[in-house]
Amino acid sequence: MNFDFTEEQLMIQQAARDYAQRELIQDVLEREEKAEFPARHVKNLAELGFLGMMVSPEYDGAGMDSVSYVLALQEIAKVDASVAVIMSVNNSLVCYGLQRFANEEQKQKYLKPLARGEVIGAFLLSEPEAGSDATHQHAVAEDKGDYYLLNGTKNWITNASSASVYIVMAQTHPDKKSRGINAFIVDKNTPGITLGPHENKMGMRSSDTHSVMFSDVKVPKENRIGEDGFGFKFAMMVLEAGRIGIASQALGIATGAFERALAYSQERKAFGTEIFNHQSVAFKLSDMAVKIENARNLCLKAAWLKDNHQSITVAGAMAKQYAADIAMEVTTEAVQIHGGYGYVKEYHVERLMREAKLTQIYEGTSEIQKIIISRSLIKE
Amino acid sequence: MKILVLISNVPDTTTKIRFTGDNKSFDTNGVQWIINPWDELALTRAMELKEAGAFETITVANVGTQITESTLRKALAVGADEAIRVDAVPQDAFFVASQLAKVAEGYDVILAGIEASDYNGAGVGGMLAELLGINSVSAVSGLEIENGALKVHRDIDGGSQVLSVPTPVVLIVQKGIAIEPRIPAMRGIMMARKKPLNVIAPVDAESKTEFLGFELPAPKAACKMVEEDNAKELIRLLHEEAKVL
Amino acid sequence: MSVLVYTENWDGKFKKLSYEMVSLASAIAKQMGITVTALSIGHVADDELKSLGKYGANKVLNVQDNRFESLDNKALADAVAKAASKEGAKVIILAHNNEGKAIAPRVSVKLNAGLVSGVIGTPLSVNPFVVRKKVFTQKAFANIQIKSDIRVLTFAQNSFEIVENNVDTAVEVYDPQIADGEFNTKVLDTHKITGKVLLSDAEIVVSGGRGMKGPENWGGLEELGELLGAGMACSRPVSDEGWRSHEEHVGQTGKMIAPNLYLAFGISGAIQHLGGVSSSKVIVAVNKDPEAPIFEAADYGIVGDAFKVIPQLIEAVKEMKTA
Repeated sequence: MNFDFTEEQLMIQQAARDYAQRELIQDVLEREEKAEFPARHVKNLAELGFLGMMVSPEYDGAGMDSVSYVLALQEIAKVDASVAVIMSVNNSLVCYGLQRFANEEQKQKYLKPLARGEVIGAFLLSEPEAGSDATHQHAVAEDKGDYYLLNGTKNWITNASSASVYIVMAQTHPDKKSRGINAFIVDKNTPGITLGPHENKMGMRSSDTHSVMFSDVKVPKENRIGEDGFGFKFAMMVLEAGRIGIASQALGIATGAFERALAYSQERKAFGTEIFNHQSVAFKLSDMAVKIENARNLCLKAAWLKDNHQSITVAGAMAKQYAADIAMEVTTEAVQIHGGYGYVKEYHVERLMREAKLTQIYEGTSEIQKIIISRSLIKE
Repeated sequence: MKILVLISNVPDTTTKIRFTGDNKSFDTNGVQWIINPWDELALTRAMELKEAGAFETITVANVGTQITESTLRKALAVGADEAIRVDAVPQDAFFVASQLAKVAEGYDVILAGIEASDYNGAGVGGMLAELLGINSVSAVSGLEIENGALKVHRDIDGGSQVLSVPTPVVLIVQKGIAIEPRIPAMRGIMMARKKPLNVIAPVDAESKTEFLGFELPAPKAACKMVEEDNAKELIRLLHEEAKVL
Repeated sequence: MSVLVYTENWDGKFKKLSYEMVSLASAIAKQMGITVTALSIGHVADDELKSLGKYGANKVLNVQDNRFESLDNKALADAVAKAASKEGAKVIILAHNNEGKAIAPRVSVKLNAGLVSGVIGTPLSVNPFVVRKKVFTQKAFANIQIKSDIRVLTFAQNSFEIVENNVDTAVEVYDPQIADGEFNTKVLDTHKITGKVLLSDAEIVVSGGRGMKGPENWGGLEELGELLGAGMACSRPVSDEGWRSHEEHVGQTGKMIAPNLYLAFGISGAIQHLGGVSSSKVIVAVNKDPEAPIFEAADYGIVGDAFKVIPQLIEAVKEMKTA
């Protein structure tokens, strides 16, 4: 066992921290209030290499490991979870999916600009009637010989209007059920694609979320990822890796709230002393610290397994479920410690609390993670 | 032209300062080390000038033990091309300047921060110039290089000046030399590992000063509050009680 | 043997800090049983030169040489070192400001002397020679022994009260005979702020932070500053945003100041800011946020809107002046 980070990992953590504490913090409240996409920050983070962190340098990525990715996402999410989710979708869903499963031509054409962060991507799986249960895809991709004809609606799509590249899952062979699903790389500006209105969300308001409608959209045959019918497996394997991203984001949200509550508890006085000196507050912080440490260890363990090419099915689910759930708990307590100040926007913790909620819902709800974990318990 | 940027390894500026051993030495336990903020700005300006074609390579140098290597690596990650570490415990400014004098020969421009944020010595840059027998300009807040000629902006009391000064020269820089330090890009971080970090043995040099002990300031009396609507009372207090008006 | 003071002047008059340094030198000279020599470079009238005697200067070396106007660090250091040798100086005192910091390290090497920068007040002892200074950017004090026979100090302004101590003073015209070749710094352009109070020499400083919301709102602060004869300062975000010139930025990475009174409006008091102002004798904070860390450092505070407070202060100062 070795819990030490490498010099590079620490430098990446510091770089992410510097960017978050110097730049993101400046306008996070304003962007969140206006639900404004952080275009400038995405561009800066791309230049620093944060949008294709784990893509190999051969395809213009930074070639970093997953442990670095966890550390970086945590720092970004401490300050701005919206930016963290943009990063997470691009890195661990879109880039990861293409790097692992796309063919050489697809990588040259699509992965490279995505890894450089010149364009960003979106991952289109959820549907109005299929969120957690992805086996039933209503979107259809009809095989028309040299192209597919795509029809249907996708819901809750992060980066929907900012992305240039879509990865879309749709049903080609309904009789084969999930084995008939395909995954496609779709240029967003293909005719027939329209966006629903910007979702007016409770939190992570500056990431742009829309529904996306496909109406007779022609997708070239060469844009299918993998063999015919590989789409569902593709989506599941990508989501599995993606959990590390969302778990790290949740961990960051929790850490951000914790650090603010800890600092506040040493400044704010009540009954003649800093409130940290009241056991009721100190013990809350102690509980929060333990939860964060656990979540961090789960995230890093999952990342380590991935870096060492071992299965992350269970570890990723555990990290995602636990980190999301404790993010909700920790942020709620952070608001409580701040008292009335915690309920106003300037103090950030109410925002972190709203952001935490989404981590329990998207990319597999906590309940879905528990299904995965519990099933693994009785497997041979 | 060749440029050398002097790098001091200092505790993060938000570090809580504590002392150990009868208040004789700084407690480095749990301290996070960073590039001295002024040195970091110097490096940033050096990078900008390199990108504009004024220099081909940037060398950074530090006097310190192995713990300073991660700080030098950071400088390499930001964009310096090679690093030199003189392997010694820095004793005082004269000791450090004497070490650097051995590595600084042959550079046209040497950039040093106005002071290090730990011991605030403000001595190394000027001493180094004197030891090398070359020019120095202090309080430098801007540097431009055109066709090998230096245009140096420096702050003077109540204003600023633009100077020309021949090389080799030590420029002792402060705020303004660059806007904001750079965050290393991931590519830079990966490349840093492959860049040379040369460790060299120290030369004999005596220290002329010695820290005898440290002390934390006494806690301040509580702030006396005046109501917003009664701000005039503040002027009365400053006049009659504090006697500063 | 003597204590040598490198004095500074502004528009032909000695800066207040020159008197502080001569007073300090006089105190040190007494402890060591030696005399005080002041070095004046530039155009200062004889009466003004003689005025140093009031604070204990036994001798004033008057250097009139226009070449020094370029503030060439090397040539100036040469001149100071030569004067020090001529006067058998055991201690050389310069100001801890742009000029002093530029010259002192070079002088120390020339004289084989130990250097301590930013010394506060008199030495704790002269044998051994132990001085005190702030370290970790104002967060702690250190006692430092200078082991060499000659010592160079830069003196932290406002850390020693001016003391009158009349002695007979001799003004001696002095030419340190620096060769032309030593002057290599050429001034191409000088931009001097005139008619304004020097921030580094100001006894009162009025300072604004991000809470002032924009450069258009500085009118009230400037009016207050003018009434008080104060220098104007600002916090880092303000100069970074370009609301005010970076010459006004005070803080750990900007200017370090130590006025008698520091008035901070709309400045939250980040640790880096406090690092640059905490040597002020009295700190006043006006901030909307009662939790702003500046109140921890302040002596007087108002929790409230700077825009409501400033007009009241202006009025009160006017009343005080007419009273």
